[in-house]
Amino acid sequence: MFTRLLTSGLFAGAAAGLLTALLQLWFVQPVLLHAELYEGGDLVHFGVDSIVPAAQELPGFDPIRDGLSIVFTMLIYCGYALVLTALMSVAEGQGAQINARTGLLWGLAGFVAVHFAPGFSLAPEVPGVAAADVTVRQVWWFITVAMAAGAMWLIAFGSNWAAWIGAAVLLLAPHVYGAPEPEVFSGPVPTELGALFAARALGIGMVAWALVGTFAGYFWSRGVGASEQSQTA
Amino acid sequence: MTMQTQTSSKATIGAATLVAMIGIAIMVVTGHVQAATLHDAAHDVRHATGFPCH
Repeated sequence: MFTRLLTSGLFAGAAAGLLTALLQLWFVQPVLLHAELYEGGDLVHFGVDSIVPAAQELPGFDPIRDGLSIVFTMLIYCGYALVLTALMSVAEGQGAQINARTGLLWGLAGFVAVHFAPGFSLAPEVPGVAAADVTVRQVWWFITVAMAAGAMWLIAFGSNWAAWIGAAVLLLAPHVYGAPEPEVFSGPVPTELGALFAARALGIGMVAWALVGTFAGYFWSRGVGASEQSQTA
Repeated sequence: MTMQTQTSSKATIGAATLVAMIGIAIMVVTGHVQAATLHDAAHDVRHATGFPCH
């Protein structure tokens, strides 16, 4: 069981992570590099009379920097896929059907829990924006993700209104309480870039989670990593 | 039979808990630990994945 969980999770995470890393490098990284030109002071933009061209020549593929990004994206999605596969196995034990098709739904629920719910109040940050202390934001992030994940489970497997109302409360509470905010705004990056970055990060995040859920469901249902004995039993 | 099912169900929960903890540990180390080397190596990914970065 342990080997099967590990193998399915690692296969799904590595595959989804690799594809996600390539999508991030294509769609998100150019926005990040563009913003870094403002963060580092190479470009300055303020007020309504700016004459900074919106199209800038950006550095191309950097083997070390982007190679590390690919490795770390694969690691992060392996971590997520292991958690997802573990939860899938528990749900299957309670009668849920797990395959690539239902895995897609698991992935979308994971996206809501881990990416969209915290991003609703702590939008994905482009480099160079003002933000509250990182530790405080991390604490808020983890609590919000845990509550949203619980809410997703209640929505999926709850069977009465109490469960669904509980889910709504879990989803709303961190945002009613409020995410840590910076005391002053001091970001030098144009809002156009900040907004595009957040939209792209969330969009690629959704694709990533759809992939990780589908792959996890597929590998789990195929019994990848299961011993002969437990497959035939 | 019932006892066997219960044992297997407990084993499933145990294995699932362990694997989930490994997954969370990987995610925390790669995405959230603020040690300088890790932060620099994972910088772009942390931003692109929507984690609080710095």
